[in-house]
Amino acid sequence: MDRSDTFDIEFTLNGETVVATVPARRLLIHFLRDDLDLTGPKIGCDTGHCGACTVLYDGRTIKSCMMLAVQADGATIETVEALASDGEMTPVQEAFHEHHALQCGYCTAGMVMSATYLLEKNPSPTPDEIREGLRGNLCRCTGYVNIVEAVAAAAGKETSE
Amino acid sequence: MTAPTRVETPRWTGQNYPRKEDRRLLTGQGRYVDDRGMIRQGYAHFVRSPYAHARIVSIDTSKLENMTGVYCTLVGEEVKEMSDPLFQIAPPPGGNMVEYLMAVDKVRYQGEPVAVVLAETRELARDAADLIDVRYEPLPPVVDAIAAQEPDAPILHDEVGTNVSWQGTYEYGDIDWALAEADHVVKIDKLHFHRFSSTPIECFGVVVNWDRGTDTIEVISNNQMPMFGAMMIAPSLRIGIDRFEFTSQDIGGGFGIKINLYKQTGVLALLSRKAGRPVKWTETRTEHHLDGGHGNERWFLDVEVPVMADGTILGVKARAIDDAGAYLHYEPLGAVIWSQVLPGCYKMRHFRIDYSQSLTNKCPTVPNRGYSRMQHLWMLERIIDIVAHELGFDPVEIRKRNYVQPDDYPYETPNGCVYDSGNLPLSLDKALELIDYPKWRERQKAAEGTTKRIGIGIGSTLDSGTNNFGQSRIINRELPFSGNGEAAICKLDLYGEVSVALGTTPQGQGHETTAAQVVADILGISPEEVTVIPGFDQARNSYVGFSGTYASQFAVTGINAVIGAAEKLKAEMVELAAMALGASEDEIELAEGHARVVGDPERAIPFIGLANMIYTNNAELPTEVAERISLNCRHVYVPPFDPPDPDRKYGNLTLTYASQIHAAVVEVDTETGKVEVLDYAAVDDCGVRINPQIVEGQVHGAAAHGIAAALREEMRYDEDGQLLNANFLYYHAPSAAEMPHIKTDYVESPSPFTGTGAKGMGEGGGAPLHAICSAIQDALGSDVPVVADSFNPPERVYRLLHGEGLGAGRGVEVVSKEGS
Repeated sequence: MDRSDTFDIEFTLNGETVVATVPARRLLIHFLRDDLDLTGPKIGCDTGHCGACTVLYDGRTIKSCMMLAVQADGATIETVEALASDGEMTPVQEAFHEHHALQCGYCTAGMVMSATYLLEKNPSPTPDEIREGLRGNLCRCTGYVNIVEAVAAAAGKETSE
Repeated sequence: MTAPTRVETPRWTGQNYPRKEDRRLLTGQGRYVDDRGMIRQGYAHFVRSPYAHARIVSIDTSKLENMTGVYCTLVGEEVKEMSDPLFQIAPPPGGNMVEYLMAVDKVRYQGEPVAVVLAETRELARDAADLIDVRYEPLPPVVDAIAAQEPDAPILHDEVGTNVSWQGTYEYGDIDWALAEADHVVKIDKLHFHRFSSTPIECFGVVVNWDRGTDTIEVISNNQMPMFGAMMIAPSLRIGIDRFEFTSQDIGGGFGIKINLYKQTGVLALLSRKAGRPVKWTETRTEHHLDGGHGNERWFLDVEVPVMADGTILGVKARAIDDAGAYLHYEPLGAVIWSQVLPGCYKMRHFRIDYSQSLTNKCPTVPNRGYSRMQHLWMLERIIDIVAHELGFDPVEIRKRNYVQPDDYPYETPNGCVYDSGNLPLSLDKALELIDYPKWRERQKAAEGTTKRIGIGIGSTLDSGTNNFGQSRIINRELPFSGNGEAAICKLDLYGEVSVALGTTPQGQGHETTAAQVVADILGISPEEVTVIPGFDQARNSYVGFSGTYASQFAVTGINAVIGAAEKLKAEMVELAAMALGASEDEIELAEGHARVVGDPERAIPFIGLANMIYTNNAELPTEVAERISLNCRHVYVPPFDPPDPDRKYGNLTLTYASQIHAAVVEVDTETGKVEVLDYAAVDDCGVRINPQIVEGQVHGAAAHGIAAALREEMRYDEDGQLLNANFLYYHAPSAAEMPHIKTDYVESPSPFTGTGAKGMGEGGGAPLHAICSAIQDALGSDVPVVADSFNPPERVYRLLHGEGLGAGRGVEVVSKEGS
């Protein structure tokens, strides 16, 4: 395989079918951002640690900087852009707003995707479970205090930290 | 209008109004620099030095000459031709430094750019950069700030002739008298404040186009102090400030580090001019750690502390050696900025600090949250705890005895700074209450003799805000800077819309919200009806040379500029309304989107009607009024400062002093050295809070940075000057799972100097570093060496437990008078 090789892929992105030809080496995050012009998923590191690029891949959170675009072939991918419908934010997004769980906002899209996935799997997590569930997402503004509070609020309960 | 200003009838000001910024950020519609671009742009990639110190023998770009998709390259020698060296803040010898926008002849830290390539795609630019062949002749590096001052140390900058970039003595009171009079003198060999960075999740980014047709330079970037950046690079690029248009919208964290984004902007502008097309550059995480900028590392040597028998601490004598890294970026301003908090929270009156700054073969240091003050405050807090431990004082009581007391404000420090207000003893009590101090003292006793020791620590700090830039003259008396300020525009638009434009570049501080809150109160509308234009655009927003978002000052400089602009607009609206309604001006009130006569709500004119009078119906007005009233009002807030006296190093260096008292409870595992935070509390006093929730968010963030820095984060170089943790794999920024819950409370001591009573806040004073070191020492007891480093990973704590500190013995000595 040569670095200039390309592949044809077809997948579902936020409910719509995407057909594209992508270079073999292109990261999924670069494909989403540079080729498909999404601005939700972000890039914050080179090593898969920051989680700003978190998206749902066949219903599970993945870091889109750790996958190649060709691996999207046949998959269903959802990004933060898919969450608010008709301008209505989801309970997780609303809770982040109400509890001041974001400052600069750069990690927020990834954080919201991870929080959404966490609550799907565990609708009433303890504060420790929330912290564990968000382990893959770094935030440098909030100290996580209000993020934990917001996720707990979205789950319908107060934190007892 | 003169400062101070205030909001007379606060309805929205002071409330937890949810942020106006949030919706776009929560739905992925923020516009950060990498989300933006320009037509025909190429992607830039830098070639960086693998060596900490080396002579550049040759740079061969010939392999790229006929490569499809590669637009252009630029190397140091060309930069030398196309531009001039950067302006230096330092006086000679540091000021003799010749620093071009890219390395010429020599590299001085690992990761320093030596060439840059522009190509059609990100991937191609990276591949092409790999094909540039750079030959180096390695030179011996110096990575230690103390060793850098030795006579035989390798010299970084030949034209400077020494690795000491700046030195000066800060002397106040009579420290020799104090040392002679004191009942005890506590001597500490060596303290070391480590190098780390708050590492914003968004790295640097620039999209720049040097338009050949107009000779203007459009810059989209995430620079947090763009006009400082413009001042730095315009002379280097041989152009005027008016040739630039700096813009930014959303910025993904800054913490001071993004002040450093000017050199790259300059060299990429040159690349754009050479290529004849826009250039986009997005820094990678690895590049950010190597080159973005780190916080200041500092040594404190030969510390001597005179203490009276009752625990009164008279002052401090010490040598401070700051490590600036390889170039002076914003430095050596840090060499005076620490003195904003010379005595910290304490009433000490006698000081001699011999301060010097070393150049080393490491990444340049830049302002990082708590800039230069937290290093000094850490030393003071270490002193307090070491004195308490060595002389048997209670760490709470000795603090309360030495704190500036509530009745002392305004309190003038020995170097002429004026602490505006505060209540430190109350703040400390609240912090101790939050952690349930007596409970932990009991648990500490119960844990004695086990392998899991408990320690409780306190960090007392000040966050000095609204700098008097005149303090730069203490560093270099030739500098033409003094005072401070910020600009804002408040406008009534054609259909009666209220809009505000700020000179600031927020990175999460919620300026769109807090500005809207105060404008809403002044104009009698709701914050929803105030549009605060997101982002900064040099051609649209108004600014002063100090504009930007840095150094804990928006609540004073930014908000007071907004209040001033809104008050000017209100005065114009009231004048027009009085004319239209046939009333006197003092009868007019602004409420519910109308100007109306008090007590006669039928006589009212909507904002759109006032706008119509000026914008589209001016023949109805006297010409004098139509020409004078613009409904487009600019105000620059100017804080009340005089230039300091550089000879005495004396003057009021900052307007406000927010305080932070933190309390930490840690568990130290004596078998592994691992430190776990069991409880944590932060009590902040920033005067009157415009939006308490936003304030609290800043308190959380500053606390988190400090906790992480104390236990997890160090930019660590080996003896060859290789950075060992240039990514998040090895640089352990904490996740939620590794961060303790932070309890908060507040005290409100209004500032008498700001009109609103608010104080700048956000940076904090590095209180967690102090509190955690204090708690570790408390857990370890007095038989082991003093905690002499601000960074305490398990291996260092383990060594302390086994008797290995930074120096010989325990690193501390007490000399007491007979009978004391």
